Amino acid sequence: MIRVALAGNPNVGKSVIFNNLTGSRQHVGNWPGKTVEKKEGYAKCFGEEMYVIDLPGTYSLSAYSIEELIARDYIVKEKPDVVVVVVDASNIERNLYLVVQVLELGVKTIIALNKMDLAKSTGVEINVKKLENLLGVPIVETVAPKKIGMDELCRKIIEMKESEEIQMRIRYSDILEGAIHDLIEILEEVKEFRDYAYRWLAIKILEGDNAIMQEVEEKIKTVSLKERIYEIKKRFEEKVEDTEMYVINERYRVIQEIVSKTVHVSKKVTLSDMLDQAFLDRYIGIPIFLAILWILFQFTFIVSTPFVDMIGDFFAVISNNMANVTGISHLDYLLFGEYGVLNGIGMILSFVPLIMALYFALSLFEDFGYISRAAFLMDKLMRKLGLTGRTIIPMILGFGCNVAGIYGTRIIPEEDDRIIAIVTNPLMMCSARLVAFAIIAAAFWGSMAGTILLSLYVIGIVLAVSISLVLKKFVFKGKASPFIMELPPYQVPSIKVAASQAWARGSLFFRKAGTVILFGLLVLGVLATTDVTTLSFTDDVQNSIVAVIGKMLHPIFAPLGWDWRLVIAVIFGFVAKEIVIGATAMLYGVTEDEFASFIAQHYDPVVMYAYMVFVLVYVPCIASIAAIKNETGSWKWTLFTILYEVSLAYLLGILVLFIGGFI
Amino acid sequence: MIPYRSSGRIMPLAFLPEGVTGIVVEIRGGINASRRIFELGITQGVSVRVVRSMGPGPILVDVRGARIALGRGISMKILVEVVG
Repeated sequence: MIRVALAGNPNVGKSVIFNNLTGSRQHVGNWPGKTVEKKEGYAKCFGEEMYVIDLPGTYSLSAYSIEELIARDYIVKEKPDVVVVVVDASNIERNLYLVVQVLELGVKTIIALNKMDLAKSTGVEINVKKLENLLGVPIVETVAPKKIGMDELCRKIIEMKESEEIQMRIRYSDILEGAIHDLIEILEEVKEFRDYAYRWLAIKILEGDNAIMQEVEEKIKTVSLKERIYEIKKRFEEKVEDTEMYVINERYRVIQEIVSKTVHVSKKVTLSDMLDQAFLDRYIGIPIFLAILWILFQFTFIVSTPFVDMIGDFFAVISNNMANVTGISHLDYLLFGEYGVLNGIGMILSFVPLIMALYFALSLFEDFGYISRAAFLMDKLMRKLGLTGRTIIPMILGFGCNVAGIYGTRIIPEEDDRIIAIVTNPLMMCSARLVAFAIIAAAFWGSMAGTILLSLYVIGIVLAVSISLVLKKFVFKGKASPFIMELPPYQVPSIKVAASQAWARGSLFFRKAGTVILFGLLVLGVLATTDVTTLSFTDDVQNSIVAVIGKMLHPIFAPLGWDWRLVIAVIFGFVAKEIVIGATAMLYGVTEDEFASFIAQHYDPVVMYAYMVFVLVYVPCIASIAAIKNETGSWKWTLFTILYEVSLAYLLGILVLFIGGFI
Repeated sequence: MIPYRSSGRIMPLAFLPEGVTGIVVEIRGGINASRRIFELGITQGVSVRVVRSMGPGPILVDVRGARIALGRGISMKILVEVVG
């Protein structure tokens, strides 16, 4: 088994190469203890079994971000047989920075020079043979979406595994090389570092890398050796002032030298530039952004609706036919009843197409290069709100699903900004709430339903922004993190990558959120079918435990104009917002189809609008609470989110009724 | 590091108009932000062309063939010499 690690900058086509190699034999999960996606898989090339791991996309291996640390630790500690660095040929100079860092690690390295077609069309000519010689690394030219170069890549991986260690050909300035040389002599005497690449270790010591300096401090027992190391480091510092900047500069100096000998660029106005003229235009940029958002959501719903309906119908038919199989009424209900296990699974499954369609579309736009443009476009506006441009991306994701939005905050590098983005994300009206609100809005406002829904979106956004501002100003008291981001060249998005992303996310939702939803439904089912006095099965919700709880809490919510059934529905909306409608219908003893006309007769529109505002704001679902806990890593922030949202929802509900009283 | 000798006009990158190229003379500001800029290829002596400037908002620059978006704050801290 050959162990292969794929490294590369973000947006270089690494995922496509990973997909090409592993096909369907892949597994998507998280790195242990982290929320960064981990993709691994198996490939068979020319009779050789390969284990392929897709490292997180990074610009460097400095270990200042979680992704960088994961990638670097994997190469250093797990020691893959071969590291394939995927390089964007159309953006070669900047991409070689990572290559040079990987080479410092002294591992067997191959370059997959990807996007060769794009490079040619944008006027970039590369003398690959010469580049191979100068770097001392085999290069395979690839066009990943067309699977060009994949066999060659496999062959080179196998060859590389068998070959002797490759000599490091890159040489930095005499000052740096001198210091590296002196350090290596000492490090070779330290047996604790026998597993490490000495050259890399030496460079990291000279850079003053925190993690490595700590290891030096802890692992080297001989005081004289340690002193000699610090002495060399000190002498180096005296010569170059800022050591870290010096080393970065040296890498780029060497890269520039190599590039000047091997790459020829004839200036052309590229298609990418032309697209940016439009997408980043001062005036039409934002309307285009809004239009793309609209397309994104239209796509998500139009594509998923038939599947959602089909799955719903399928499970309804089955559970109807199974209705009295066991003959024990309680068990029958829990297994095949409206809120039983079977229908529960059906319900969870019916959300999978929606989530898959959303991720499919998002992945296409991300791959295309648009998501980072949106961040750029929105930076000015977001900055006024004390946020960074990147926050717009988890916000957009939140419209699909808050769980996705919360996980999406990972792209915000600064902890403070990330926490703000996480705790405000549930205010973005997710698709689950949209579905519920659409039914109510259609029942009450008919053709005006769209406007009503839009107003709810706006309320959510305004609240999120206000709370962000308050948190920023009073809790974190800091400035927004600097906005630094690469806008990758536009490219034709890969359907395959989008499909595998959609599949991975859809199945993850089914496994993680699914269990939570199913559990919530079962609790609801038991409480709603257990008679409060006899504790036996009952058909009549009025006498169930649920009814008692609802009636107990009812006085608190009476000012909002609800009866106890709406109280119960809201309690169970805590489990998942998508069950609010179903639960309410069940509590009223009507079917979901009759529900709309039923509530339209029984409730005042203002009360119902206040109810929707409450449901919009009050608590994210249990799955999103789990996500908040995971991502903030703190119960404090999780509880804070629940608390502020419940109280805000209540106050807003009252406010709506108050204002509504005048209309 | 070779000190960069400048002869032309020096200004923050944020003020450079669209289409104009400058050479990075100095990067001020916090270590963290500076290092990230450095690693993305914006190092001393490199030439930077402004592709898009959103008024007082972020700017988009072409550096070493890559497109890097920089927020207003950070682009105020990068000093460039205008070369046209």
